[in-house]
Amino acid sequence: MTRKNKKRLQKGFSIVYCCLIYLFLFLPITVIVTNSFNATTSKPYMTWKGFSTDWYGKLFDNTALLESFGNTMFIAIVSTLLATAIGTLAAVGMYKYKFKGKSVIDALLYIPVVIPEIVLGISLLTLFSNTNIPRGTLTLVLAHTTFSIPFVVFNIRARLSGYDKSIEEASMDLGAGRVKTFFNITLPVLAPGIFGGAVLAFTLSIDDVIISYFTNGQTKTFPLKVMESIKSGVSPDINALSALILIGTIIFVVITQSGVLSRNK
Amino acid sequence: MTKQKFKSNTLPSLVMIGPVVLWLAFFIVIPLLYVAVMSFCGIDEQYNIVFRFTADNYKRLFNANYVQIYAQSLTIAALTTIICIVLAYPFSFFIARTLSKKKAILYMLVIIPFWTNSLIRIYGWRTFLGTNGWLNNRLLDFGLISSPIDFLFKPSATVLGMVYSLFPYMVLPLYTAIEKLDKSLLEASADLGAKGVSTFFRIILPLTASGIFSGSIMVFIPSLGYFFVSDILGGGNSDIIGNLIERQFQSGNNWPLGAALSMVLIIITLLLVKLYQKCGGDMESLGV
Repeated sequence: MTRKNKKRLQKGFSIVYCCLIYLFLFLPITVIVTNSFNATTSKPYMTWKGFSTDWYGKLFDNTALLESFGNTMFIAIVSTLLATAIGTLAAVGMYKYKFKGKSVIDALLYIPVVIPEIVLGISLLTLFSNTNIPRGTLTLVLAHTTFSIPFVVFNIRARLSGYDKSIEEASMDLGAGRVKTFFNITLPVLAPGIFGGAVLAFTLSIDDVIISYFTNGQTKTFPLKVMESIKSGVSPDINALSALILIGTIIFVVITQSGVLSRNK
Repeated sequence: MTKQKFKSNTLPSLVMIGPVVLWLAFFIVIPLLYVAVMSFCGIDEQYNIVFRFTADNYKRLFNANYVQIYAQSLTIAALTTIICIVLAYPFSFFIARTLSKKKAILYMLVIIPFWTNSLIRIYGWRTFLGTNGWLNNRLLDFGLISSPIDFLFKPSATVLGMVYSLFPYMVLPLYTAIEKLDKSLLEASADLGAKGVSTFFRIILPLTASGIFSGSIMVFIPSLGYFFVSDILGGGNSDIIGNLIERQFQSGNNWPLGAALSMVLIIITLLLVKLYQKCGGDMESLGV
C-alpha cells in the first residue's frame, strides 16, 4: 500500500470513529427530542403514536412543571451571583496576599470538586436538619453556591497566572484607592475568567440532581421534577421543556462564547 | 514585610478571604466533621440519632450484602473508567489534531449533550434500549431477533449509563494533554525510523499519561456515587455504593449508618487522590 493511501485510510477511519462517538453522545438527545413530538397520551409514553406539537402547547398549562423550571432558574441565578462574588474575591485575595492557612483553603476548595456529590449532599442535609434551617429554596441556593465556588476560583486562577501585578501598583501610584483599583483595573482584566466561572456555575446549578435531591425539602427544581416523573413515565411535555432548555443553552453559550472569543483575538 | 505594610494589608485581605473561609467552614468543614461524628452514633426506635459512641455502624459495613455491593460498585467504576479511556483516547487524539477552526466546534459538540438534564438523558437510553424500545423494535422488524433482548436492568446497563454520563470528564484532560504534545517529537521519532506503534508506546503514551490519570480520577470517583444511573438503568440489580447511602438517608432512615457508608466513600476518594498525587498528578487538572 502506498503511503498516501495509508494516510487516506487512516483519515477515513478517524472520521468514521468520531462520527460513531458523536452518535453515542447524541443518541439520547435524539430520543428526547423525538419523544417531545410524540402524540401519545397514555403512560408510560414510550410508544410512538404519530407526530404532534401538542405537548409544546400543553407544557404551558403544566403549572407544576413551569414552577419547577422557575425555581431552577431562580436558584441558578442567585447561587451563581453569590459564588461568583465570593469566588472572585477569594481568587484575587489568595493571589495577592500571603497569609497562613492558604494551603488549607486550597485543599478545602478541592473537596467539592473531587468528593462524590452524594457525600456533599448528605453532609449538607445533616447540617440543615441539625441547625433547623427549613429545607427549600434557601437551602438549595446555599448548597449550589457551595459546589460552585471552587469552579469560579479555579477558572479565575487560570486567568491570573498571566496577570501583571504592576498595573495595580501603577493605578495606586496614580492616586486610585484600593477599592477603585479593584473595580476599575483588576475586575476588567479578569472579566473573561470571572465570566467563564459564572457560566460554569450556572450550568452546574441547572443540571444538579444529587445535591439538590438531599437539600430540597418541598421545593422542586426541574431535575427533581424529572426524577419524580421517571417512576410513572416521563411525559412528552417534560421532553419538550428539555428540548427548549437545550436550545436556550446553545443560543446562550454561542452568544457568550463568540463574545469571549472575539475579545480574546 | 514591615509591620506597617502588614497592617495596611490586613483589612483588604480579610475582606477578600473572609467570605470564602466562612463559607467553606460552615458548608464544607462542619458538615463533613458532623458526618464523621454521626457515623459513630446510634439511633433509637423513632429513628432519632442518639449521641452515644458506638462502632456498630462500622461493624455493619462488613455485612456480606454490603461487601458484595462494594465489590460490584468498584467493578462498575473500574469498567467505566477503562471503557472511557479506550473510547476517549483515539477520539481526543483525532479532535485535538484537526485544524484549529474545526477543533473548537468538534469540542463544543462533546459538551452540548451535557446541557440537557442528565436524568432525562439516562432515561432516553432506557427508552431506546427497553424491551419495547426503539432498538428492539428495529431488530424485530428486520428479523434479526425473534424476541426482544433484555438490555436493561443489569450491571452492564449501569456501566453504559456511567460511561455515557462521565465520558466528557475523560475527553477533557486527554484532549488537553494531547494538544500540548509537541509535533516535532513525533516527526523526530518517525525520522529516526520508529514505527507508528513504537512511537505511540514510547513517546505519545508516556507524554499523555497525565491526562489519563486525571481523567481516571474524574471518572472513577463519581461513578461510585451516581445512584440515579443504577436506579434508572440497573433497576435495583446493579446497586453501587451511592444507592446504599441514598437509601439510608431516605427510606432506610438510618442516618448514622448512612454516614458510616459515606465515610467509606470519603476514604476511597482520599486514597485515590493521594495515589494520583504520588503518580505526579496535578490537582489543578482536576477542575472542569
